[in-house]
Amino acid sequence: MAEIHLKDIAHAYVPGEYALKSMDHIWQDGSAYALLGPSGCGKTTLLNIISGLLKPSEGQVLFDGKDVTGADTAHRNIAQVFQFPVIYDTMTVRENLAFPLKNRGMAPADINGRVEEVAGLLEISDRLDSRATGLTADAKQIISLGRGLVRTDVNAILFDEPLTVIDPHLKWQIRSKLKDLHRQFSHTMVYVTHDQTEALTFADKVVVMNAGEVLQVGTPEDLFERPAHTFVGYFIGSPGMNFLDVELDGSRAVLGDQSIDLKQAPAKKSGVQLGIRPEFLDFADQGISCQVTSLEDLGRHRIASVSISGQSAKVIVPSGKPVPSENAMLSFDPDHTLLYTDGYLEESLR
Amino acid sequence: MQRTKNQKAWFLVLPVFLLVAFSAIIPLMTVVNYSVQDSFGNNEFFWVGSEWFVEVLNSDRLHDAFGRQLMFSGIILAIEIPLGIWIALKMPKKGWAVSVCLVLMALPLLIPWNVVGTIWQIFAREDIGLLGHTLAALGVDYNYTQDTLSAWITVIVMDVWHWTSLVVLLCYAGLSSIPDAYYQAAKIDGASKWAVFRHIQLPKMKRVLTIAVLLRFMDSFMIYTEPFVVTGGGPGNATTFLSIDLVKMAIGQFDVGPAAAFSIVYFLVVLLVSWVFYTVVTASDAEDQS
Repeated sequence: MAEIHLKDIAHAYVPGEYALKSMDHIWQDGSAYALLGPSGCGKTTLLNIISGLLKPSEGQVLFDGKDVTGADTAHRNIAQVFQFPVIYDTMTVRENLAFPLKNRGMAPADINGRVEEVAGLLEISDRLDSRATGLTADAKQIISLGRGLVRTDVNAILFDEPLTVIDPHLKWQIRSKLKDLHRQFSHTMVYVTHDQTEALTFADKVVVMNAGEVLQVGTPEDLFERPAHTFVGYFIGSPGMNFLDVELDGSRAVLGDQSIDLKQAPAKKSGVQLGIRPEFLDFADQGISCQVTSLEDLGRHRIASVSISGQSAKVIVPSGKPVPSENAMLSFDPDHTLLYTDGYLEESLR
Repeated sequence: MQRTKNQKAWFLVLPVFLLVAFSAIIPLMTVVNYSVQDSFGNNEFFWVGSEWFVEVLNSDRLHDAFGRQLMFSGIILAIEIPLGIWIALKMPKKGWAVSVCLVLMALPLLIPWNVVGTIWQIFAREDIGLLGHTLAALGVDYNYTQDTLSAWITVIVMDVWHWTSLVVLLCYAGLSSIPDAYYQAAKIDGASKWAVFRHIQLPKMKRVLTIAVLLRFMDSFMIYTEPFVVTGGGPGNATTFLSIDLVKMAIGQFDVGPAAAFSIVYFLVVLLVSWVFYTVVTASDAEDQS
């Protein structure tokens, strides 16, 4: 196990076109991370740099302070599970699970014990001796997961969207199993996904990426309460955060002919957006006037689409609470009303 | 529900039926026709039943040719399949070199059989051929027109030169269909090069290798043109393979009856061997899936 330091890492597959923009990040030993971002944002690139399948075009990879940038995958002692199942067709399930251990020269008796243990965890003990080829995609992916988990001495276990091919009802089970494993063995785990629920339920810390850039590293709570970038705001949460273009007048944000009092006055005056989550907007007797344009009932709550001085926003309304049809007023929760300049959260609010 | 009976659809099958009849059934039946009759010329034929088949199946001459044929196919398969796999593994995976290699590999396949024969006939000649003359100058006792071993080596090297490319191209296609994730997973699992070959590359090439073995077996078992041009079946009968013997019998000696019986037996042998091979391979495939 090790602390993994990506020191000024950047990667370009084609010279000049950075798939991963320069970043400096430390993955603490024993933490569970989720790497969250839309497809093509550089998540897999980052993962392959950690595991050594890819050599970064710039920067260094340090394991516990030791430079391993040039070391290949085998010498980094990393386990990785890929998006699509990889199965050795010629082997049985047992041999598949034993393969990473056998290649490292572990004693057969120890291998057997470890394989049985992992098979037990993944509930595949009953099919250990069947051939791996004829199985369904989910079953194969569980074996791939097993090969990732079978080694006990790894520096980190990396998961590259491992549950893509798994049935939804199994996804929950496997994810909670991975969490249990993390609690039990406290391996450093990095879990790549584009699904926010997966990320928020799995990880201690979530790393949000977009367009080759790490936008925020934080606990699920941080990401919800204080998104560091507008992208994080609307990528996380359902529906995402509302952003309204505002003019600034001292410590007041001006929206058309209305204004909202802010806790602080930001330094920069132009390109400012006001961000607030739909959870923190509330219909009230006074505040900012708006028109309700539509109402969606999701059972547990309703989502009202409103127009505030020509700009649209969403409001979450708890069930049972009336939605005014005329002269609607919105109150903004001052603690959760954030300001963004050029996409980034105002420095004083961070 | 009442089923409508309508036989008119048979007319739609007629074109295919005619095509197959003219391209396969009628020529084949002519051969069957000859194989059960004898003729003394004048287009007069006599029924002889299975006499020709009995003669052909008991003929030492044909047994020898059959033995030589099996040995030839066995040797070229034993060389071309491993060599083809090895070259395919060594071929570049990306960049401009891929096209260069593919074109180079495809070249021998584009050369007509008798041209290949002629090239090697001249290339290996002791008096004027580059290869033959060089070998003679080096003191190697090599003369394919007189020495059986030399003749065999020449014919085999020629076939390997001509046809290994086919195996290479098929294997290369099989290899390029392996997703990167397999190689990455193997790296993560710490697999050796041999383990990658044994557990990833070879299993993924299995299907194309089946096709390669079948094609090379059928082709080599029916080889005619190249050895005919190079050695003419000699020295003696040393490189007289089944086709060469068949042509000698049918056209050289004009023994139409035995030649026809021989053709049918020949055809059935190729069919049988291919069928057995294919069945065994697909059966082991089905076992993999269960």
